[in-house]
Amino acid sequence: MKFTEEHEWLREEGDVIVVGITAHAAEQLGDIVFVELPEVGTEVTKDDEVCVIESVKAASDILAPLDGEITEVNEALVDEPGKINEDAIGDAWFFKVKAADKSQMDDYMDEAAYNAFIG
Amino acid sequence: MGDTSELLHTPLFDLHAELGGKMVPFAGYAMPVQYPLGVMKEHIHCRTQAGLFDVSHMGQVILRGESYDAIAQAFETLVPMDVLGLDQDKQRYGFFTNEDGGIEDDLMFANRGDHLFVVVNAACKDADIARMKEALEPDVTVEVIEDRALIALQGPSAGTALARLNASVDAMVFMDVATVELAGAECWVSRSGYTGEDGFEISVPNGHAEALCRALLEMEEVEPIGLGARDSLRLEAGLCLYGNDITTDTNPIEASLIWAIQKVRRAGGNREGGFPGASHIFGAMAEGVARKRVGLVPEGRAPMRAGTPIFASAEGGEPVGEVTSGGFGPTFNGPVAMGYVGTSYATIDTTLFGEVRGKRMPLKVAKMPLVPANFKR
Repeated sequence: MKFTEEHEWLREEGDVIVVGITAHAAEQLGDIVFVELPEVGTEVTKDDEVCVIESVKAASDILAPLDGEITEVNEALVDEPGKINEDAIGDAWFFKVKAADKSQMDDYMDEAAYNAFIG
Repeated sequence: MGDTSELLHTPLFDLHAELGGKMVPFAGYAMPVQYPLGVMKEHIHCRTQAGLFDVSHMGQVILRGESYDAIAQAFETLVPMDVLGLDQDKQRYGFFTNEDGGIEDDLMFANRGDHLFVVVNAACKDADIARMKEALEPDVTVEVIEDRALIALQGPSAGTALARLNASVDAMVFMDVATVELAGAECWVSRSGYTGEDGFEISVPNGHAEALCRALLEMEEVEPIGLGARDSLRLEAGLCLYGNDITTDTNPIEASLIWAIQKVRRAGGNREGGFPGASHIFGAMAEGVARKRVGLVPEGRAPMRAGTPIFASAEGGEPVGEVTSGGFGPTFNGPVAMGYVGTSYATIDTTLFGEVRGKRMPLKVAKMPLVPANFKR
């Protein structure tokens, strides 16, 4: 699993990358009450704003970590955004992206580096 | 989290730290925005059991003069409320107005027999104190209370919890005020609050504040509640946040606060006018206003926050209003908001559109409070 400085986690699953936010990010955001997901089939470029999440405190964006195509989104989050606070790194994935260039994954941190990053 | 090193501390600062409060700057103070329970659970806990809030940042002021009537008459020159006719040991909601009929701050005041006890908002307290001193002294003295903390115990179990410390509070009803001994300290207690729930606001000597809070927090039904949940609780209850929902530019008629101006102070009343901006406010009462504060319920799940422009149709046109407070209502279990809309759009159930991230989404004008109040009458 890889981690971005935007507090997303990326897990390789066959030829797609599953993307979510870290437990640390979920904790910082507070109780999450709303999620807007991208449409399946959307072509995204790295750093595009692809999701919106709103917590009890504020709205934030989720950025595309890689170039590629959105192949699947986790609709369950729309009805139960609180899942992100409960199980950020497990069931509460946001979307799957078919990476145009998997080598973009190499730029990201491993778990030890991410844990050091969040201190 | 902001830098909180330059901020003022309430007497409960160390207790907040011990309880794991996440401290943020608020009106010059370091205040807990939430505790480990989190905003959502704190909110629900307060609505179902009892929550303890530190509101010591608010300003506590005592006005003294020759007699209550003399103090009340003087105070009526600053507020459009019936102060003189307020029974002893009763509290009332009010606000300071300005010459244009705008609202300078909202407040609570209580008739304590030989004095008037006033509680004002933290962000406005310096200006409020200066305003009162200028207008009222020397006949009425303005005594700023610096040696007392202010806490609120709110929720359906608040009465049961506080009665364990002193059974006499059981007899108090909504807006009653009394001096009560709690955990060995002489406290000024009112049966009131700002959550829409039954509960108390308690002024306690600084040196006793922590012990009183600990005595309450030991009780099973009491949890500490931060500013985050305080905001969602008051929003569901349809209560204004000064600076957002009411400002120097909103008059009480636009703000749907006409109920707070008793008949005796209105045009035709025995003591009509005599407060700043009376002619503007009476004009607004007689002729109507162009916009009104209303409750708003977004139809989707997306919160519509302060500043969200409101439109009459899904496309085109100029804004007909704006959200002034908005977020997620944990008890309502959906997004809730309040704001100002053109008077012709202010009818309950009118569908309007809030523009969020460039997209217009429907919302309905709704009756406030959005969650029914639960006071002990």
